[in-house]
Amino acid sequence: MRDARIGIVTFPGSLDDRDAARAVRLAGATAVPLWHADADLQGVDAVVLPGGFSYGDYLRCGAIARFAPVMERLVDAANGGMPVLGICNGFQVLCESHLLPGALIRNDHQLFICRDQELRVENASTAWTNAYHTGQVITIPLKNGEGGFIADDATLDELEGEGRVVVRYEGLNPNGSARDIAGISNRAGNVVGLMPHPEHAVEAGYGPDGPLGPHTGTDGAGFFTSVLTHLMAGV
Amino acid sequence: MGRIIVDVMPKPELLDPQGKAVAGALPRLGFEQFTAVRQGKRFELSVEGDVTEEHLAAAREAADRLLSNPIIEDVVRVAEAEA
Repeated sequence: MRDARIGIVTFPGSLDDRDAARAVRLAGATAVPLWHADADLQGVDAVVLPGGFSYGDYLRCGAIARFAPVMERLVDAANGGMPVLGICNGFQVLCESHLLPGALIRNDHQLFICRDQELRVENASTAWTNAYHTGQVITIPLKNGEGGFIADDATLDELEGEGRVVVRYEGLNPNGSARDIAGISNRAGNVVGLMPHPEHAVEAGYGPDGPLGPHTGTDGAGFFTSVLTHLMAGV
Repeated sequence: MGRIIVDVMPKPELLDPQGKAVAGALPRLGFEQFTAVRQGKRFELSVEGDVTEEHLAAAREAADRLLSNPIIEDVVRVAEAEA
């Protein structure tokens, strides 16, 4: 297979696009910058919607980004099976776009929270989590003010029943998310959104504390290697 | 120039942290009589000329598609502004 090309969308107010691009490169793929105002995916094989505060979080987090020109193309591509990962603000954009159900609201304790967060991988068969095994506990950074995942009970039951809860908060629920849900997928498993930040835990020296010492954690790298495995399997 | 008011409120069953924070501050100013606060959003949409039924219909659609998220919010009013 030729080099995998993974697009990283930059909206006005995106913060973690460079980190996401670096995570993509460290996984062995080519990172392709995509601009919110261009209705063009430049032929990429997958897309990451990064964290940040797109459009200043005006109106609702992700609500204005959802109507950016690049998003119309992205929604079509995602419905056609292209892998899409939304991290933090990217997860909020995916929910506002209706690619994923539910919504993210202000943390129940009303404070911004930033910590190394344990997660349990509940579904290790999605395009973005196949490098893990089911039940694996990983630690990656979490940083959000509006990370409380909510949906009605019928939707939550459907997500649980269909194995679409991808990662769950372990040990501590940091933001009041329903049923400790940290990340979910669409039915096909190609679209995944989560509040914590795998792209901040991909390189020793810059990640969370790990078993090998301070800042050695690279548990987030699996998200980016997973999508390469997924793309190769599809060729 | 006509104006249409759109009011959006967080769903009653959801925690409204902003309202809760405001409710917590009121007693510090001596306002002890308010038992709860909920905070919503008000949008003012301006149009050329008088507000028509078509304008109101478009405002209702905009309210549903962009100004509110039906999972967490209710559109409680779409109406022409009083002059």
